Amino acid sequence: MPEVLWRSALELSDALVRGEVSSVEVTQEFIERSEHVDGSIHAYLYATPEKALEQAGGSDARRKDGKLLSRLDGIPVAYKDIFTTMGVPTTAGSRILEGWTPPYDATVVARCEAAGMPTLGKLNMDEFAMGSSTENSGFGPSKNPWDLTRVPGGSSGGSTALVGAAGAPLAWGTETGGSVRQPASLCGLVGVKPTYGLVSRYGMIAFASSLDQAGPVARTVADAAALLQVAAGHDPRDSTSIPEPVPDYLEGIDSGIDGMRIGIVKEFHRAEGTQPGVEARVEEAYQRLEKLGASLEEVSLPSFDYGISAYYLIAPAEASSNLARYDGVRYGMRAEGDDIVRMMSRTRDEGFGDEVKRRIMLGTYALSAGYYEAYYGKAQKVRTLITRDFERAYESVDLIACPTSPTTAFELGERVADPLAMYLSDIFTVPANLAGNAAISVPCGLSPDDGLPVGLQLIAKSLDEKTMFRAAHAFERDLGWIDSPESRPGL
Amino acid sequence: MGIDRQAVDHVARLARLDLSEDERTRMQEELAQILTHAEKVQELHLDDVVPTSHSVPLRNVMRPDEVSPSLDPQDVLANAPAAEDGRFKVPRIIEDA
Repeated sequence: MPEVLWRSALELSDALVRGEVSSVEVTQEFIERSEHVDGSIHAYLYATPEKALEQAGGSDARRKDGKLLSRLDGIPVAYKDIFTTMGVPTTAGSRILEGWTPPYDATVVARCEAAGMPTLGKLNMDEFAMGSSTENSGFGPSKNPWDLTRVPGGSSGGSTALVGAAGAPLAWGTETGGSVRQPASLCGLVGVKPTYGLVSRYGMIAFASSLDQAGPVARTVADAAALLQVAAGHDPRDSTSIPEPVPDYLEGIDSGIDGMRIGIVKEFHRAEGTQPGVEARVEEAYQRLEKLGASLEEVSLPSFDYGISAYYLIAPAEASSNLARYDGVRYGMRAEGDDIVRMMSRTRDEGFGDEVKRRIMLGTYALSAGYYEAYYGKAQKVRTLITRDFERAYESVDLIACPTSPTTAFELGERVADPLAMYLSDIFTVPANLAGNAAISVPCGLSPDDGLPVGLQLIAKSLDEKTMFRAAHAFERDLGWIDSPESRPGL
Repeated sequence: MGIDRQAVDHVARLARLDLSEDERTRMQEELAQILTHAEKVQELHLDDVVPTSHSVPLRNVMRPDEVSPSLDPQDVLANAPAAEDGRFKVPRIIEDA
């Protein structure tokens, strides 16, 4: 049997078509690898190996009949535990949902299964996606496969820990302020935040509805594009999903970037808290883009500095409203209380973790009488300024390039006691969420400081995923890092 | 920007969080720290700026009013902490007369 674990999903798909390997064999390899590494990285909250093998068997039967459902038919995938899965426990990393078995599938899951992709299981995350390290999970943190004493990033850290350790070729994560790109950067992977509204939020447990968006985690840019292709597109069950046809993301992905105009953000240069090793690798990446034929141009996002402040008012405000549904009545756990208010208040105090309570308090405060205009109202206006900044920049450039995260993976426990330091992990990723733009993190090698992965971020206009994928793919192929043994953590 | 203990108690009550004394003390410090950072938005003159509630300008999304299958009540109630006679069961809401 040919090598399976470290190959890209599209290579595996070609091997399946050529009959070199079966989907059952591929799926079995990833299940065994997952079982081997999960004791170290704690990526899974719930594994579904029997289900995956049964679905893989179905894929092999279809292949024999020449009735494949998609390019990724037979390629296994795992999901952040924020996506509902019918009959499979779903917690969003929270004790308050322990024991809940959803009666329906998220659209992302339904579309991947309809494309023939076996489901490997559900992955760890910061509780309700609030965090940048998975340390806020109600079920213990995941670990970075590059260094088990460090965080994998978050909130989709289970997804990046698993793919980073070759326990799955592909996984789904979700973003609100950088929760796919940041952990992908910290684990040496590709992570995508599609345009807001491109992927249905139906069955994606809500954090901040005006920002939440599902995104692929993969080893290569083309794999991420192929996975996005499966789930993207209008869904009548999500009123914010965009009713536009979806282009073919792989078509023309290798046509290069000659003549492309790429903006380098003035305000991000030597931004406070950026590690020298991160800066060095990202500077090299800019030069590589130029070598490949792109022209670099300085652009300005003058309101950038206010992005994090606005984000940490808007996201908690929306969260405080969304999380009102966890009241011990319809699902999840219930604490005892002799009247309904006491029952609800105790359930929520016992069921939620510290960070979730902090954000509910912050959001409730920001929305409360007398403060609404000063906080939530102003933050929404800052959102307008940031959107305008991007629009102005895109008058002269096709894409914006910058670091994904100011630092490489940090130590477990390092930022737990300092919520504000943890929030600043998102400084470069939050603007694209506020404006709704498409963005990707692509590995640009290891930091000379500590030998840990660094990610380059490319931010495109809304619905311009094709340009984003084309540039990221050209960069990745020229760098060649992901094809080298250096890209495989020694786990 | 400071946030006093009374405000913490008020917000905890609004949010239905039965926080312990320790949690309230810690929350007061942490919220003050985060709000100080968030205060940055007060520096800006934003009177003429239109707020953005959403990045996608979709309005009044309509669909045909057609009957379609919904979730089976039995499946839904199977997840409830307490249910009886096809309904969710909760502690007393109204006091005895």
